[in-house]
Amino acid sequence: MTDIIPTGHRATLERAKLIRAGLGRRHLQERLFKGFGMAAIALALGFVALLFADVLTKGLPAFTQSNLRLSVTYDPEVIGVDPAPVRAAGQSDADFRAANLKWQRDVALLNWNKVVEASLRAAAPADYEIDSRQILTIAETNARHQIRDLFVADPSLLGKTVTVDVLASANADNWIKGNIDRELGDAQQQLSPAARGLIDQFKANGTISSGFSRSIFTNVDSRAAPAAAGLAGAFMGSFYMMLVVIILAVPIGVASAIYLEEFAPKSRLTDLIEVNINNLAAVPSIVFGLLGAAVFINYLHLPLSAPLVGGLVLTLMTLPTIIIATRGALQGVSPALRQAALGMGASRTQMVFHHVLPVTFPSILTATIIGVAQALGETAPLLLIGMNAFVASVPATPLDQATALPVQIYLWQANENRNFFEARTSAAILVLLGFMILLNAIAIFLRTRLEKRIREGPRNGHARRQG
Amino acid sequence: MDMLAGKVKMTHQTVNSTMNPTDALERPIRLHAKDVTVHYGAKQALHGISIDIPDRAVTSFIGPSGCGKSTFLRCINRMNDTIEGAKVGGLIELDGENIYDPSPDVVELRARIGMVFQKPNPFPKSIYENVAYGPKIHGLARSKTDLDEIVVSSLRKAGLFEEVKDRLNEPGTGLSGGQQQRLCIARAIAVSPEVILMDEPCSALDPIATAIIEELIDELRENYTIVIVTHSMQQAARVSQRTAFFHLGNLIEEGVTEDIFTNPINKQTRDYIMGRIG
Repeated sequence: MTDIIPTGHRATLERAKLIRAGLGRRHLQERLFKGFGMAAIALALGFVALLFADVLTKGLPAFTQSNLRLSVTYDPEVIGVDPAPVRAAGQSDADFRAANLKWQRDVALLNWNKVVEASLRAAAPADYEIDSRQILTIAETNARHQIRDLFVADPSLLGKTVTVDVLASANADNWIKGNIDRELGDAQQQLSPAARGLIDQFKANGTISSGFSRSIFTNVDSRAAPAAAGLAGAFMGSFYMMLVVIILAVPIGVASAIYLEEFAPKSRLTDLIEVNINNLAAVPSIVFGLLGAAVFINYLHLPLSAPLVGGLVLTLMTLPTIIIATRGALQGVSPALRQAALGMGASRTQMVFHHVLPVTFPSILTATIIGVAQALGETAPLLLIGMNAFVASVPATPLDQATALPVQIYLWQANENRNFFEARTSAAILVLLGFMILLNAIAIFLRTRLEKRIREGPRNGHARRQG
Repeated sequence: MDMLAGKVKMTHQTVNSTMNPTDALERPIRLHAKDVTVHYGAKQALHGISIDIPDRAVTSFIGPSGCGKSTFLRCINRMNDTIEGAKVGGLIELDGENIYDPSPDVVELRARIGMVFQKPNPFPKSIYENVAYGPKIHGLARSKTDLDEIVVSSLRKAGLFEEVKDRLNEPGTGLSGGQQQRLCIARAIAVSPEVILMDEPCSALDPIATAIIEELIDELRENYTIVIVTHSMQQAARVSQRTAFFHLGNLIEEGVTEDIFTNPINKQTRDYIMGRIG
């Protein structure tokens, strides 16, 4: 052995000097690296804060909306219709239904705008100069349906006066919220000078009040009545798609991962499958949309715009994520546990289901929820299977036409009534983000809970020792 | 130093007090191996091992790291099957039946040949469930009472019952290392195997836990055929009646423990025992 490192007191001192000489550089490197790390985090947090600040400032006002409290008189002079049919003795079901439908059609054909106009005029100061067309721009166009539906539900209202809350129009709402520049000339204003003046007076006398906008949650999308547009249809569409994804992607993904990881022989074929699954995870989502349009709609003739088809497309998109995450979780299980199970004479299946899966369950669950959350936010593939259609109804089944939350955001941000829909878009983003945060919170909660239960017993938590 | 001296003394006592060497030879042969080879991919790990292992005695495998003793042990309950690319050749018979034949099934084989691993590896379940698992999957308990009885008697046989009887529902992973290893032994004997394989069962344990396990092995040999792989020659001398010395994938010498340690025939064995290789 040769002495590469000399020994002795002098040599020790020399060595200490050498080490000390390099210390400054080493500490500097560490400080620099720490600094870069902190700068990166600050930048990332800054962007996130910017995003949230922007969305919140724009979106929060949309959760309050202007309402009109009107005294509606069901004037028999305007509502010139026969009394609602009463079922006569001996009349058949079909006859009664036909009579009822005829009556409803007659009611629908009445000029309900006159009733709305009369109610608005009743709330306005006497002799306020405004023409019929202009005064109707103050209430949202769905007000007449709302008032009519009350009458259909209760024909005895004829001749009576009731208080009804209707939505102010989108323009009126904008005017009150100050989204419209009051200095602009009449030519550039959506509302006539008379209407604008009346709105201000309504605001002053309490006819128009601002309240929590329930319609954004309970209503479906609307173009004719923008102030009444809501997310209910999109929410149900997203909900059905999530159901389809959970029912299909989770079992298929977890089962494929278990087979590939635990049972499949390592061969060229399984290698090829693995590479392809990894590649599939990186395929742009719009490609899955094209695939869905070609296979599910053109070939299988499933209905257009249906959450079922959307769910199938998102299932295809989520599968690789779930498979990869599940395989990762399975690979992380210690070989000692597998050996223990096999050594006891457990079959492979028993080893997987009795020992490996219970340990990996929290990770698989988290991966699944995050995969589903990712699918929830996906827009591009849905555009290609017709889910960007304007749908003004809540889907009753996954086969009905529907849209989805992210697609609704896409549709609203492109709406020509920008002034009003900018806020609605941000509000929709907030609803979607809230939904996502909820899903992720559930994932984190379940994970920590299950992991704790698996790792430690309830009482013996701290007594864990290694031999 | 005192403790070490005591240990060495104990070694001599134990060797002297084991059963009559000829007694071990006269016991019927339980396991018979002939020309067993193992390849891991292109690498040959075992070069034709032939050995007879007697019934209800402790046989220890000693040798330097990488000599193939653990590999051979894992052939006996076909644990090598689970390793990708491992190929086993030759013949291993349990009571005259080739264990690599399609019958008996590997699951049945592992119920008959239990195994205790180097690192204690209880299931992340309760102490009770750890012991009950084997009888459950093999359908050995007809009722809950049966199962309770098996669990208690297995824990008793493993010398663990008194320590854990009040916390059978607590996780097995919460026990100390030595207790965990005894739990693994209890788990193995709960299915009443004929043979118990132990792969360096004490290498992760402190001397006191080791001494307890060694005592336990000595008791267990009344009912079970035990094969133990160990790095510690003292341990081999203390617990086993027969010893086999492995080197570079070959079985160099095999015989009555006392003979191997006091009068080895082969020079390599002598060098290893004297501490010259290893």
